[in-house]
Formats: sequence, structure tokens, C-alpha cells
Amino acid sequence: MLKLLMIMAVLSFNSVHAAIDTYEFKDADKQARFHELTADLRCPKCQNQNLADSNSEIAQDLRQKVYEMLDADQSDSDIVDFMVARYGEFVLYEPRFSLQNSILWLGPFALLIVGLFVVLFLVRSRSKNSKIDSAEVELDTQQQKRLKQVLNKGKK
Amino acid sequence: MPRLLLFIPLALFSILILFLWKGLSIDPRELPSALIDKPFPAFKVEALLSPERKLTTADIVGKPVLINVWATWCPSCRQEHEQLLRIAQENKIAIIGLNYKDDRTAATKWLTQLGNPYQFNIYDESGMLGLDLGVYGAPETYLLDAQGIIRHRHVGVVTEQTWQELQAIIKSWEKL
Amino acid sequence: MIPELGEYALILALGFSVILAIVPLYGAASLKTIWMEYAKPLAKAQFFFMAISFACLAYAFGQDDFSVQYVANHSNSQLPMQFKLSAVWGGHEGSLLLWALILSGWTLAVSLFSRGLPLDMLARVLGVMGIIATGFISFLLWTSSPFLRYLPRYPRDGADLNPLLQDFGLIVHPPLLYMGYVGFSVAFAFAIAALLSGRLDAAWARWSRPWTNVAWAFLGGGITLGSWWAYYELGWGGWWFWDPVENASLMPWLVGTALMHSLAVTEKRGVFKSWTLLLAIFAFSLSLLGTFLVRSGVLTSVHAFASDPERGFFILVLLVLTIGGSLTLYAFKAPNVKSESSFGWFSREMLLLINNVFLMVMAVTVLLGTLYPLLIDALGSGKISVGPPYFNALFVPIMGLLVVSLGFSTVARWRNTSLESVKQQLMLPGIISLASGLIFPFLYGDGFNVRVFIGISLSMWIITTVFREFKGKFRSTTSITEKLKQLSPSYYGMMLAHIGVAVTAIGITLVSVYSEERDMRMAPGDTMELADYQFKFLGTKSVKGANFVADQGTIEISLDGESVVTLYPQKRRYNVKKSMMTEASIDPGLFRDLYLALGEPLADGAWAVRVHYKPYVRWLWLGGLLMALGGIVTVFDRRYRKNDTQKQGVANA
Repeated sequence: MLKLLMIMAVLSFNSVHAAIDTYEFKDADKQARFHELTADLRCPKCQNQNLADSNSEIAQDLRQKVYEMLDADQSDSDIVDFMVARYGEFVLYEPRFSLQNSILWLGPFALLIVGLFVVLFLVRSRSKNSKIDSAEVELDTQQQKRLKQVLNKGKK
Repeated sequence: MPRLLLFIPLALFSILILFLWKGLSIDPRELPSALIDKPFPAFKVEALLSPERKLTTADIVGKPVLINVWATWCPSCRQEHEQLLRIAQENKIAIIGLNYKDDRTAATKWLTQLGNPYQFNIYDESGMLGLDLGVYGAPETYLLDAQGIIRHRHVGVVTEQTWQELQAIIKSWEKL
Repeated sequence: MIPELGEYALILALGFSVILAIVPLYGAASLKTIWMEYAKPLAKAQFFFMAISFACLAYAFGQDDFSVQYVANHSNSQLPMQFKLSAVWGGHEGSLLLWALILSGWTLAVSLFSRGLPLDMLARVLGVMGIIATGFISFLLWTSSPFLRYLPRYPRDGADLNPLLQDFGLIVHPPLLYMGYVGFSVAFAFAIAALLSGRLDAAWARWSRPWTNVAWAFLGGGITLGSWWAYYELGWGGWWFWDPVENASLMPWLVGTALMHSLAVTEKRGVFKSWTLLLAIFAFSLSLLGTFLVRSGVLTSVHAFASDPERGFFILVLLVLTIGGSLTLYAFKAPNVKSESSFGWFSREMLLLINNVFLMVMAVTVLLGTLYPLLIDALGSGKISVGPPYFNALFVPIMGLLVVSLGFSTVARWRNTSLESVKQQLMLPGIISLASGLIFPFLYGDGFNVRVFIGISLSMWIITTVFREFKGKFRSTTSITEKLKQLSPSYYGMMLAHIGVAVTAIGITLVSVYSEERDMRMAPGDTMELADYQFKFLGTKSVKGANFVADQGTIEISLDGESVVTLYPQKRRYNVKKSMMTEASIDPGLFRDLYLALGEPLADGAWAVRVHYKPYVRWLWLGGLLMALGGIVTVFDRRYRKNDTQKQGVANA
């Protein structure tokens, strides 16, 4: 058990530092796409790193493949499909929108709507009690104006 | 606010705990193969020990086989080597090796010194076949049926238990 | 023998925690004063023995005692002393000991700084903290003792600390972070004590606030530091990756922010008591959940400790008992009565609710994204990943909405505000903000940019509205210095923290949009250009460090022909672990960082070199520090130090 942990520790350490390749692209657009693709694709083996940052062999090979495919004028979705066909959806840091992932993508939005409705409901039920209060506030602003006038008179 | 609403956090928490408890028995780093029930990727690669021989998918279809991904730089491969030799000796299923990103001389020496359980070896020097196969770390072992469809992938050392599991899967085909 | 003393001290500490968990709570329930009075001395005794235990472990590290397994696995004789000592929390067992020590420290602090607290309340709070301590110290002793030995044969030297941890960041980041994580246990204990006693008046909120604010400040500081550390240490110039362990620290912070604000309203207006109680439970629950996620092996992360499902199971039991217990107590005893106070549509109360909704949605988004892969896997539906694209797409817009509401909160009054006054006061800030957002990308960049427009507008929205409110305080005073002294620390803290949000927002916006980076092959003598700077590579030479050997590159940087700085990135090879590590070299600046790292050596003395231009990246962390500072400043407010109960209802800020 301890050995396994230590092997894991050593293996895990080795891939955690900057991965710097020197791929030269002919146009800046492909360079940008390369950065984005390698940032959004997960290294299948590492401990939660994207292809851009991992130094492991498989990440290097996959970066090489992305470079080659970009050079061959393949589209972003072609490249992504290529990776998914071989490694599954695990390598996508942006989960695909499907029935299975609907809670993931829509949940927070739904929760926001629910939350805002709750606030609406709460404020409405409480402001029914505060008709008198708002009248107080109205007086306050009027009173404030008068106070200002008095003060200004005083300043002269 | 009805008292019942106040129980919602507890209810949600209970559901979460169930998932976390289940999560303890899952290995998050284990990746199932994306190619299960799909054909073995097409390839044309040299054989390890006889470089003039070019291997293709035709060489692996016909009967069920085990494809074992290995390399000399992989310590776990060394560990499972004895088990592979034993499986080869039982002669129930052929083992074909996929020598992954390795040095030909080192690999040949390894087989000569330690024994060769493989019918033949695909010499995937560049690792591109491995990439098409979805290999993410040696050792891996694939079980193919007679039509060359991938039915099962085992990641890690092949133990006696693994071998029993593989045999059970093969038996279940024979029943059909 | 010292490690055995450490283990023995830990057992004694456990004993005291058990008594602390039982006696004062029984005393409070049966109103036996003497039983309740035991709480304070028990807290002191528990801390005393935890401190001894920790000191013993530190001693073992300092003395290179490699017969202790934990020391052998995480240290080495060549390791510089400051890292030998901080290696104490470099692994699971030691960091857990630190956790427990900090918990006993907070318990001691509560026992010392609670003069105004009724005895039964204090007894209950300390009792609850004793229960938590019992859980954690048991966990240590049963599954994760740092004092186990390799006997009779032990290694001559240790396996060395992970080189990535051999850094200043390790010395400060975990202690600061744990101070925050564990600090939320105090708010939690206060909430449980309030539920147990049935005493749920605004006083409970007033007692909880300083403890919550300080814990929040520490946690924020810890997160900020962690981000900065990852930036310069990992060599790829990133500062947040939405990694599960990072998320585990962000979630309690988000809920803690909501809690801080909610406590303010509950204290001042007596409303939302049930909700605030729930938030207090929720914040600490997320701390515990974070502990579980990081140490159980359930999620994959570069930051996770080498994990063990057996330990995971123990922590799960702790979770069930603590969180399940507190939520059950909440369900049965939380107040069900609607409070009498009412408020209108545009009021501080309403905006507080909005603030909480946004923060909670943000927290739930992070939680959902972090746990979703686990949920899907547990259901047998395969393996998926959820990463930065998801989090950025959902989290950032809601944060934007939160910032908008922040501006409105500066003009909202308690109970109600006239819309006319709102419009009048916010018109000018609104115009200035939008104008700034429009103009900035033209002045700074190459023309209009939507993200910059939004980011700068929102940041200026905060700055202008906060400044307008501040200026408004002086409208009817003659003496500016008098007024400055009159304004409370609560107000100053709030201002600082809100400005901090704006500063962070500016940093995030600008560094995300205007960063530039290039990887290039450079041979000695080559030059490269990036963002108007010229970089000249002068080759590498071999240097020796305390426990490593490195290839050190020299790169001269100039701007328009004038020399700016020379940087020395290193590629280190550590002697013991024999592993390679990139040590980036950074020229820090308030308005930009220049960041260099070496990749692999190529043929003929050439190297792969990565150059980053990172504008305004320091603003990220400066904003975080301002927020933390703001939190600390609020604690100095006089009303937390006096016992006056008559000052309760006075609205100060």
C-alpha cells in the first residue's frame, strides 16, 4: 500500500511543471486555436491537468497530434471529436450539452430564477405591512428638503 | 414557513452522502475505454522481431485474442510478465504484444532474457497506434473477439484474478 | 522518545476534548454553573497538549529523526531548515495535526475573548467545538498518526519534500488557509449553541460577527496566497484552474461572504434568523466537505494528498455526524416564526437577500461542477470532466450581477428608499462607469473590447458608488478629521473590502484579455519580441543550490532600447528525488509582470523558452489582500468589545 502511494506520488510529481514546446504556426489564428484547444482538452492520464500544462508523454503526443491536425486545416470540432473517439468525454473540460448534463448546465440558472422568485415573494409579503413605512420615508425626503432649505438660509 | 421546509437541507445532504459513499469505491483515475464494442483501429505497422513483416488488422482477426500493451520502460509490465507467460502456456488464447514507444533493441533483449509470451509483437514506435487505441499508460490489455471488436480493456498489471475475469468473459461468448 | 511524547500529548488532548464535549453541554442543559465553568479551563488544557504534540513533531523534523515515518517521507537532511519545519504540514498526517492545533487555538481564543457572553452560551459554544475536536483528534489517532515509526530498521535519510513545496508559499499558505477553514467552526458553534439554547435573538448575531469576519479574512487571504503561489511556482503563469482542491477553499469563502452580510442584517434588523443560522452551518459544512474531498481520493487533483479510502470513510462518518447532526437540530429547532419587521422593495434588506441569492448560486455552481463527475460516475454513466470552460461560463456572469447589486446597496436604506433618490444618487456614478468602460480599451488596447468594457464598467461602478457614499458622509460636517474618527471600523472595513472586489475585478479582466505569451526556441544570442519588450537570451550556466543543481538561463529584457531587467529562470534537478523542476523568473510590476520559464534543452545550447506578458496580474492579489484587510478592520469596532446591550439596535454603517 505504501509502495503504491509512493509510486503514485513520484509519478504525479513528474508531470507537474511547465510544458513548453516550440511549435511554430504559420498564422496567428491557428496559434490561438492551438492554445485554446490544448487548454480545454484534458490529459487522460495526469492528475487533472490540461494538455497545455502537462509534461507527460501522452500529453506531448496529443499536443503533437493537435498541431498536426491544425496544420492540416482540420476544424476545432474535428479535433475534439478525434480525441473523444479515442478517450471518451473524459478529455473534455467543457462537458457536452446532453440530457445527462442538463442539470449541470441549467441547474445554476434554474436556481437563480428560483432564488429571485423567493426574494420577490418575501419582499411582497413583507411590504404589505409597510404601507405606513413608505409614507414615513416620503415624509423623510420632504423633511430633508426643508431641512436643507433651512440650513442654506442659515449659511447665508 | 412550514416546518417541513426546514428539513430540505437535511434531505439534500443525505442524498449527497450516498453519492460520496459510493464515490469512495470508485477510482477516479481509471478511464474506461472509449472503443468498447468498436473495431480495433486500422493499422499497418512493422513487427518487432521481424521488421520486414508488415502487420495489419488482418493479422489479429479470426479468433479471440489478447492485445497486451507493454514497454521496457514500464516497471509494471515487468511485474505482469510472469503471469503473461503462464497464460501463454495454458494455450487457451493467443497473446499479441503491442510494443509501445519503445526501443527495438531493448525490447528484443527483454523478450530473449525474460521469455516471450507473445505470438508476435506490433512495434508501435511512434505511439500513434496506441493513440488511436486510446492508450494512456502501459500496461494495458485488450480483449478482442473473433471479429476484431474490442470487448474489454484492463488497465494495469494482469494478475491471476484478471485472467479469471477474462476467461469468464470469453466463456460468456461461447454460451451465445 | 519525543515522538512518543507527541502521541501521548495528542491522546491527552483527546481526553480533554471528550470532556469538553460532554461536561459544559450537560451543564448548560441542566443549568449547573460549575459544570459550565469547566469549559474555559478545558479549552486551555486541550490547546496546551495540542501545542506540545505539534512541537514534538516539529522537533522530530528539525532533528532529522528519520525513524519517524512521516518525517522520512517528507524531509531530508539537505533540506533547508525553514522547509524542514514547514514540511510538518507538507503531507496528510502533519497537516491534519495543524488543523487540529488551529481548532484548539480558536477554541482557546473564544474562551479568552468572550467577556460579554452569558455563561451558558459560552459553555455551549466551547462544547460544540470540543465535539468537533474530538472527531478530528480521533481521526488523527486512529488512521493518520504522524508519529508512527520505522523500527527497528529506519532509513539513513529521508525521501525529501516535493520540490514544488520547497518554497515560501508552503510556509504561509496552509496555516493561513486552515485559520480560515477552521475559523468557520466558531460561527458554526455559535449557531448550534443558539439552536440548543433556543435563544435566537439578535445578540447571537452580534457575538458571531467578529469571529466570522476574521475567519473569512483568513480564508480569503489563504486563497489569494494560494493563487499567487501557484502562479510563480507551477511555471505556466496561470493563477486559477478551478481544480477541485481550489474549489474546496472557494466554496466556504463564498458562503462565508453571504454569512457575513446576512449576520449584519440579522443583528441590525432581527430578520432572516433561520436563514443566517443555516448559512453558518453551511459554511463550516463546506469546510468539512473540502477536507473530505481533498483527503479521501474521491476526486483527482494535483493538490490532493496521497489518499486512502479508509481515511475517506472515517471523514465521511465525521461529516454525517457533524453536518447531519447539525442539520437535524436545525430542522427541529430553527425558528419558524416570521419576524415582525417589514421592509419595502428597494431596501437594504432586499439587497441583502439579492446578495445572498447571487453568492449562493455561485457557491452551488462551484459545488455542482466539482461534484458532477463523481455523481455521473457513481450512477454508472461514465466518466466526464468539468473544467474551466464550464466554471468561467457560469460563475463570471453571476459575479457580474453581484457587482451591479453592490453599487445599488450603497444608496439603499433600511426598510425603504425612494426610487427618486436612488436615481439621483446613482446617475452620475453610472455614467462615469460606462464611460470609463468604453474609453479604457481604446486607451490601453487596440480598440473596443466587450469583456474589458464590462469588466472596467463594473469595477468603476463599485469605486464610484463607494466613493460617493463616503463623500456623502461629509456633507454636513465642518471638521473632516472629526468625521473620519467618527466613522466606525465596520464602515472602513466594508469600504476596503468592496474596493478590494473592484481591484480584483480589474486585475482579472485585464490579465484575461491582454495577456500575451510565446514559446520559442532560443539559442544563445537570439532575441524575441513580445508586447513591445525585447528579450535577449544569453545562454545558460550551471549553478548549485542547497539541495539541487540547476541550469540557469540569463535573459536581458529591454523596452525601446533601454534595459529594463535581467532575469534568471532555472531548470532544477533536485539531488534526492532526482526530479526536474522549472523555476520561473518574474519581473513583478504593479501594471505588468514579465514572466520567463525554461522548457527543455534543445540541440546546440538552445532552449525552449516561454515568455509571458501579464498586465495588471498583481491587482488580482492586491484586491484579495484588501478584502482580507477589510475583514480584519471590522473587528476593531467598539461595539464588539463593550458589553453594552443597549447599543444593539443602532445602525452604524
